[in-house]
This record gives sequence, structure tokens and C-alpha cells, in this order.
Amino acid sequence: MSAPNKSFDPVEVAALTEPEVTKARDAAIAAIAAASSLDELKVARLAHAGDRSPLALANREIGALPPQAKAEAGQRLGAARAAVKEALETRQQELEADRDQRVLIEEAVDVTLPWDRNPRGARHPITTIQERIADVFIAMGYEVAEGPEVEAEWINFDALNIAPDHPARTMQDTFFVGNEDSGVVLRTHTSPVQIRSMLNRDLPIYVICPGRVYRTDELDATHAPVFHQVEGLVVDKGITMADLKGTLDHFATAMFGPDAKTRLRPSYFPFTEPSAEIDFWFPQAKGGPRWIEWGGCGMVNPRVLRACGIDPDEYSGFAFGMGIDRALMFRHDVTDMRDMAEGDVRFTQAFGVEI
Amino acid sequence: MRAPLSWLREYADIPTAATGDDVANALVRAGLEVEEVEAIGADIDGPLVIGRVISVEELTEFKKPIRYCQVDVGPNHGAVVDGVQTTTRGIICGASNFVAGDTVVIAPPGTTLPGGFTIGSRETYGRLSDGMICSERELGLGQDHAGILVLASDPNADHTPGDDAAPILGIGDTVFDIAVTPDRGYCLSIRGLAREAATSFDVEFRDPGVDLADLPAPAPSDQQPVNGLVEDFDAADLFMLRTLVGFDPSAPTPYAIRRRLTMCGMRSVSLAVDITNYVMLELGQPLHAFDVKKLQGDIVVRRARPEEKLETLDHVVRELDPTDILITDDRGAISLAGTMGGTETEIDDASTDLVIEAAHFSASATALASRRHKLSSEASRRFERGVDRMLAPYASARAIALLIESGGGTYIGATAVEAPHTSTTITLDAGLPGRVANLDIGPGEVVAKLEAVGCEVHIAESTLNVSPPTWRPDLTDPADLVEEVIRLIGYDNIPSRLPHAVVGRGLTRSQRQRRQVGRALAGAGYTEVLSSPFVGDAELDALALPDDDPRRNMLQLANPISTEQPGMRTTLVPALLAAVRRNIGRGIDDVAAYEMGSVFHLRDGQPTTGITNPPRPGVDHRPTQQQVSDLEALLPDQPMYLAVALTGNRERPGWWGTARESLWADAIEAARVVADSIHAELTVRAGATPMPLHPGRCAELVVDDQIVGYAGELHPRVVQAMGLPPRTAVMELNLDIVMNASPDVVPGPRIDTFPVAKEDVALIVDATVHAARVEAALRDGAGELLESVRLFDVYTGAQVGEGKRSLAYALRFRAPDRTLSVDEVTTAREAAVAEATSRVGAVLRGV
Repeated sequence: MSAPNKSFDPVEVAALTEPEVTKARDAAIAAIAAASSLDELKVARLAHAGDRSPLALANREIGALPPQAKAEAGQRLGAARAAVKEALETRQQELEADRDQRVLIEEAVDVTLPWDRNPRGARHPITTIQERIADVFIAMGYEVAEGPEVEAEWINFDALNIAPDHPARTMQDTFFVGNEDSGVVLRTHTSPVQIRSMLNRDLPIYVICPGRVYRTDELDATHAPVFHQVEGLVVDKGITMADLKGTLDHFATAMFGPDAKTRLRPSYFPFTEPSAEIDFWFPQAKGGPRWIEWGGCGMVNPRVLRACGIDPDEYSGFAFGMGIDRALMFRHDVTDMRDMAEGDVRFTQAFGVEI
Repeated sequence: MRAPLSWLREYADIPTAATGDDVANALVRAGLEVEEVEAIGADIDGPLVIGRVISVEELTEFKKPIRYCQVDVGPNHGAVVDGVQTTTRGIICGASNFVAGDTVVIAPPGTTLPGGFTIGSRETYGRLSDGMICSERELGLGQDHAGILVLASDPNADHTPGDDAAPILGIGDTVFDIAVTPDRGYCLSIRGLAREAATSFDVEFRDPGVDLADLPAPAPSDQQPVNGLVEDFDAADLFMLRTLVGFDPSAPTPYAIRRRLTMCGMRSVSLAVDITNYVMLELGQPLHAFDVKKLQGDIVVRRARPEEKLETLDHVVRELDPTDILITDDRGAISLAGTMGGTETEIDDASTDLVIEAAHFSASATALASRRHKLSSEASRRFERGVDRMLAPYASARAIALLIESGGGTYIGATAVEAPHTSTTITLDAGLPGRVANLDIGPGEVVAKLEAVGCEVHIAESTLNVSPPTWRPDLTDPADLVEEVIRLIGYDNIPSRLPHAVVGRGLTRSQRQRRQVGRALAGAGYTEVLSSPFVGDAELDALALPDDDPRRNMLQLANPISTEQPGMRTTLVPALLAAVRRNIGRGIDDVAAYEMGSVFHLRDGQPTTGITNPPRPGVDHRPTQQQVSDLEALLPDQPMYLAVALTGNRERPGWWGTARESLWADAIEAARVVADSIHAELTVRAGATPMPLHPGRCAELVVDDQIVGYAGELHPRVVQAMGLPPRTAVMELNLDIVMNASPDVVPGPRIDTFPVAKEDVALIVDATVHAARVEAALRDGAGELLESVRLFDVYTGAQVGEGKRSLAYALRFRAPDRTLSVDEVTTAREAAVAEATSRVGAVLRGV
């Protein structure tokens, strides 16, 4: 390094002359342009922009110039170094882009390779359709009520206006627990949950009761000794059959879409009076829209209210019930009830975790 | 109840244009369930004509009897010989149940019978057979194929050869198969159905049950009519006997009656039986015919005496209950009243003197007897649903008239016993039907509808006093009358509205938790199974449960579907394993299944076969709290359980690497998945090892210091007994307890942001020391700076020595308020190791 020029003598410094600076700059830009890889660029960077590069060395000589010469030399050198820097950055970007492109191609995989490493699980459609039905009513302010599957005969029958000698008892083929006089049965319907709700809940009552029920049928394509129902019960002041109809209509559209509707046909259940069978207009039916018989309903029989200590002159109510398994059959085209009971995982997995 | 449309039309002016489907719809609107609408003879194409057999030639040269018959078929249906229309046809027939002069049904060539069978004119047995003499079965009208159908044997019978046979055969008629609900006993008759059809069409109804004019006056006779007595008016409040003597027991039943019985699904037996059945179908009054000569003394209606027995017509000897109602004579029981007759007084082909019994038996007693004896008959089905109590005199008179018409004889009189009867009156608020339907129904309309049903209505301002007709014993409450009014107005006319909004609280915690557990398990690859809750000892034997295992203490069903499985499950495992095995049998090798459901545990002192005298509160008011508790006490505990079972690969092999077989650890992990999904704190520990688990590969599952279940690998003996793959693993727990252990509110975490310090330690311990103990020691020793501890390697081998293993843990330390210094971290790590050393003799490895 030259000593500082304090005398202000115009001392020529060779490295700062215009031809030298231009030469160093051009050499640098040529070397940068010639670098064909990031490694070569690194070498070029060291040689032409590093601490020992000609331009860096020249920079140090500026101090040796007389003050009046410094500005001009500095300007010249600065412009040259900026040009080199820009060339470096440009080339760096070019080479990085080249590299990225190459690497990404090299790293490409076959994304169509299968991945079935972890078998999927699923929830039974009986479970999920019960939840779906319950959710429609929960959205309307109902609560889900539950009761035991092994049930007192009084709750399953007597309190529902089905006396021991009532012909309706032979309509339902009952499993007796222990012996036929034990007073205990496997519940033949979800209706005993109505009784439990009326005995245990505060008025007004708005409940939906899905659950498992039992009848003495052999398992075949269309019968099962164990199946599922969902029951709805409302007891409030001023409840009419119009409320029942409106509720069922709303349920129909929630389950089967905006075109769904219901139709009531007179029928008989000991625990409702008047009673009706329900037909649902099912727009998605296989083979075209049609009426599907699905469940029964009616106004809660005043005798049932009385048996639960509710004054039928003050309160009235409606109840309805449907078969869950049957819903799977018509809504999802399941043709054999055994498929629901046998536990074949292929059946359940077809339904995933929601229905 | 099967009902031919032609019969309904006799009593209801159903529009002639109404098709079978129209009538079915009208019946449905009235509240009847029409299960089938059958068009009779819809599959017959071409004429069927009345024929009269002129001559019969027996052809004897064949192995079976063959007849060549000449049949008069009238002026238009005979063979054409040399261009001339004759009145006869020659027909080959293999049946022998007819003679010359009989009236038969001929299918001429060209007619197609059911099954697509077209009659031709062809050479057979050396003759030209030019048509067919038909049997009922060939016509699709019944099952009778014993011979051809003989409409009448009397050559002067009211049939003209050549006439269309279709109306006589009922071809073109429609039969409705109707499921009658228990409240509509009167619809188990043509009379009742015709009334409903007439009401539904709003046309005139003619009641066939009200005219006694057909009955001849009793003829004077040496013989006395059979006398009837009633001991117990609660058993029968009306009992009537009509006696007919000199009847021809060999007289055939007129074809029209046989045909109707067949259409209604009943078999023809003999004239006397057929007539009682015919009148029962027509009017709904069950009738019974006794052979007078087989009776001893008076007929008495009474309850059964202790140890009394009766052989009923189905040849079953029945031990009678003191509440059974019997028809008796001097020798004892001769009939189970209202249900089935006895063999001793049964009428037969020599019974010339008959007594026709018509009674009004207690509906309740008949229902109970029918249930008790598992004997449901046409009679019991009607009595238990309630028979019109005014009907007996009319129905028995109608039967006598029909018997005399076809079988002759002399009616010599009746005896009748009747209890005094008070008719019931229901008080109805005239506004009630309108309020229930949310419709404007004026009092006049209410009265009109009730009168259409047959009620007598007296109006007292806004209150109606309503006397239901005798055929509607089901109408007892105002609500019953409300239904009658609204159903006649039409359910379609009820408006639709939603009840005003209520305020619900959503799902209960347990309901949310069960959904969440199911979703978590499904997410972990488990598939839900809903299996049968019926279990037998054999399945528990396969699980090698000891004899005193509480899970063997099952609630027994009195009437199981299968005697092999009379118990209610106490555990979900047997059925879940059966489902696993079924899947394997169907070629599904990798199975991970779960089930969530109630199991049934007898409470202390509850016998497996139940008690015999349960409490039965009344139903006219709310039961007391004590009564409700007494009912609840009858029931077993029914906790919600959850089980998983898995076999095969938990992870399948593939291009990513090899398979990982499912093992005991997956079963235990399933319990953790369940507990974590609902924030319950689960402890897994080595402890008791109940069957069916491998004693060395079974963990106790503990929540809130209670053992809630177990998980691990199945015992090799169980695997073998059940035919399952080795290493099949199961987990079962009491979900109710786990759900209850979950906190009401999940506390939120505090996220510390100062740097973490990571330290790994490898500890050599005796191989018998459980990892859980080591980890607990590390946690306790490390103090509150420890953020987490995780076992990341287990090593056994020469480097750690015989009987030892090395457990490598990753420790993470962090403070909430500062960056930890090296000294702090070292001190905490050393304290952790020191605690492990002192508790379980752990030695720090590789230092």
C-alpha cells in the first residue's frame, strides 16, 4: 500500500488509471459470464470481487491520491465495482435457477404410487344415521333421550296403554328376560323412553330417542331380532296434529331434500290416539321418486299422559317412530339386513364416518 | 283378512267404475292397511265355459286311469264337425272324481291358463282331446288338485252349458289382503269392511247382520233344543245355542260358498264347518258346531278347574289354567271357549244333529288364553279384538238358514243366556276434534262423522253424549272419538305447522363423548361392528373363562331365538371375535374392529331367571317414586362398554417398506386413543391377567384408581379354541367410568417461548423393571423444569449384560421465564438419573 499522499503532489497510481480499471472490470465480467456452475462462479467471485481482486486492491490505492484526484478515481472505481457486482448477482440468479430446475426434475417422484399403508376405519352406518337424524331434531331444540335395552314390562307395555290382555302385545313378539312373568323384557320399541322422559323430565318435553330394540324374529334378509328405531316425543301446551305434521314435513326435507314431503294414513297404536302411519315422499328413490312407508305417529294418548302424571286437559303431545335399519335399506339401497348385523368390515367401510 | 270385492259390493254401493286399486285406496284412507290387491284370474286369457259331462269312457289300456269324456259345452263352443257347429267336445281327462251329469269348467282350445299354458286340440291316448276339463289349481284359483273342479253334481243344477264360467269362478274379481289393527276387530268381517268402504266412498251401506226374517220358526219336535248355562258372566255375557236336527252331513257345500272361502284363504272342510266359517267371515261372529249326539247333558260355560285338561282339534292335549274359559258338558271340558273346539264333540260325516254355539266371550280372557296356549285361531283373533255383542243371535240364525238351504234338517229352537248390559256413554267436548286437528270443525260436522261411524249422539250444548255402536267396543275414550272424526275428515286436510321453538341444551356430555370415541377409533383405523348381544356358554368356554368368572353370570332369556345363545352379553369380546373370524373367513386378513354397546350385569341378589311376582303399578295415575324405584330394581346394570379386536397387519407392506403386524401394544394403544379423545387420564399397568388374555402380555387399564378394563394379546389357548390367527389382540373397557373421569372443562395449556434444552439419557435397568416406573422416577427427579420425557429406544444385548436392558430417554427442559443455563440443565438431568438410580437401580449408560 502506498503511503498517504499528504503533499498533495499529483502522484500517478497505475492501478487507478482508466485503462487499468476498465481492463479489470472487463476481465471480471468476462470471467463471471464464463462461469458455468455455481462453483465456478464462486471462484470467479473470489478472483474478481474478493479482497485480493484487482479492483479491491485498486480501491485501497485511492487514499494515495491527492485530494483533488480522489473523487474522480473513486467514481471510476465505484462504477466498475458496481458493474461487477451486478454481473455477479445476475449470473448467480441464472445459475441458481438452472440448478433448481435440474434438481427439481431429478427429485421428481411417481405420485401415483399407492399408499394404503394404514387401513382406514369407519363407523357403522346405523350409528351415523342415528346421529344424523338426532342432529335434525337437536337443531330444532330437542334433546336426545335414552333408556335401557332391558326394560321393565310396565314401562315397555302397561304405561303405554298396552295392558297384559291387549291384542297389541301379540303384535310385538317379545323377548322375556328370566321367565315370562318376571316383569322384565328386552324393549320391543323405543317407546318406553317416552315414558321415562315423561316421568323424569320437566315439562315441556321435546326429545328424540334413537336406540336398539328387540323382537323374536329370526335373522334373514328382511328381519332381525335386534334392530334400531328412533322415537320422537313432544309434550307441551297446545300441541296439535298440525304440529306433528309440520315436524314430520321438516324432518323429511332435512333428510331427503327440499322436494320431500309426508302423508299420514289412519292407523292404530295403543299409545297414540289419533294414530297414523307415515309415508315419506322420497325423491332419490332407486327407480324414481315414490312414497315410502316409514314409521308411525300420533297424538299421545291421554291415558299415557295420565299414567305419567301429566294432566291431559292442560298438556297434549305427539309422538312418532321410525325404523333405522329400514332407512338404511331404502335410503342407501341396502338389500340384506344380515349385512348390518354380521360385522363384515367391507360393509361398514363403505359408509366412512358420516352418512 | 282377505276380502273379495264382489262380496263387499253386496253390502256397499261401491261405484261400479271403481277399480280394485280405487277401492284399496278408499280402504287405506279409512285406516286399513291393504297389504295386497290380487286380481283373480288375471293370468287367464281366453274363454272358460260351463260344461256338463254327457258320457265317460274308461280307457283301460294305460297304466293309469284315463277317461275320454263327451262334454256338453253349449251351442257356441262345441267341436265343428264337417263344417257343422256341434254342442259337444271330446276331452281326455286323467281325473276320476266326476260322473256323467256333473257340471265342470272347460278350457276350449286357444285359452291360455296360468303359467302360459295354452290349451290345444291334440291326439293323446289314441283320441283327439279337444280342450281341457280344469282343476282349481290349473285355473290358479286354489291348491286343490285332487281332481277336476266339479261345480255341481245335480244335472238340474242352475248352470247352463256354454255359459261363461268366469263370474262363477270369481275371475275378474279382486281380493284385498288387509292387515287389521287390534282396534278394528269388526273389520275382520265383510260386514265391517263393507261399512268402511261405504263410508269412505260416501255411499249406502246395507247391514247384513240385522235381519232375523230368514230364520224359520222352530218346528215342534220330540227332541228338546240343547240347553246352555253360564256360570260366570265375566267369561261370557251372552251365550246362545241353536239346535238343528235331521241334517244331511254328506250334502256338499255350494260352490259359491266354497269359492268365497277359498278366496278368503280358508279351506273347505264339510258343509257344516264351511257354513260356520262363511258366516264368521261375513259377519265377524265366530261360531262353533257341536254334534248333539256326542254331548252329555247341558252345555255350561265356566272357568277351568285345577288340573283340568282338554284335547283341542289340533290334537294337542292342553293343561288348562283356572282363568281359561271353557265350554263343558257333563263329562267336562269340550271346547276352549272362543279359541278352539275339542276333539270329543267334533262334528263328522255322521253328524245329523247339530248345535250352533254363538257367544260373546271376554276379550281379555280370550287374549290371555290365546297367549298362554300359544294358540291363535280365527275365532280367538276376533274375540280378543272385540266382537259385536249383539251379533250372536243374528249370526247363528244366518248359519242355521244356510245349513237348512244346503243340507236340510229341522230347526227346533234356541236357548240363550244373557247378562244385563249397560251401554256406555262417552262425554265429548264438541270442540275437541277441532283443537286436536288444528282445524275448524263445527259441532254439526262432529255429530255427522260420529253418526257415520254408527254412534248415537245426544247434543247438550257444546257437549256431546256419544254411545258407540255395539261393533265398536274399542271406542271408550273421547280421544277415540276424536280419531274417528279426524280420520273421516281426512288426515290430508290437517294443516302443517311447526311447534314454537324450544330451547334445548344439545347433546349431553356422554352423548358427545361416545360420538368422539367412535370418531377417534375410526380415525385410528378401527371399523365399527354392531353384533348380536345373545351369548351362550360355549362362547364363554372358548374364552376359557373360569367357572366362577362373573362374566358367566348372564341374564337368561325365557324365549331365546336359539337355545345355544340364551344369555345376554356380559362382555362384548365373544361377538367381536366372532365378527373378526367371519371377516377372516371372507378373505379379509387385516381386521381392526371395535364395538360400543350395553352389556348386562346382574346386580347382587338378582337371579338369572328373574323373579315371578314383579310390581305392576296402575296406569290411571303417576306411579310413586317408590314404585318407580321398585321397577328400576328389576333391571340389571347396563353399562356402556367398548371393545376392540385386531389381527393381521396394522401397517401393510408396500414400496415404503415392510409390514407391521398388529400386536398387544396396539390393543393397549386403542385404550389410550379412547381416553385421550375425551381427556380422561388412563393409566396402563401390569396387574391381574384375566382370561382370555395372555398372562405375560396383558395390561390393566386404570382410571381414577379403578380398573376399567384390560388389553393385550389373546391367550394362545383361546386363539386356538376360537380358530383365530396367533397374536390376535383385544381390549375391553367400561366406557361409562372412563367417560365420567373426563373433566368438565379441559384446562388450556400455557405455551412457553424460551429456548428448550434437550438431553438424552440411556439407563441400564434389570429387564424386569417396568418402563413406567423408570419414567415416573425420571419425572419426579427432574423437577419442574422438565417439559417432557419420551422413551425412544429399548436395547437388550451383550453390551448391557444378561438380564438387563437399556432404556433411552429424550428429556426436554424449559423454563417459563428465562433461558436455562447449562448448569441448571445439567443439575436437573443428574437429579432425574439419581432418582431412577435410587428407585429402580438404574445405571447411566455410556458415560
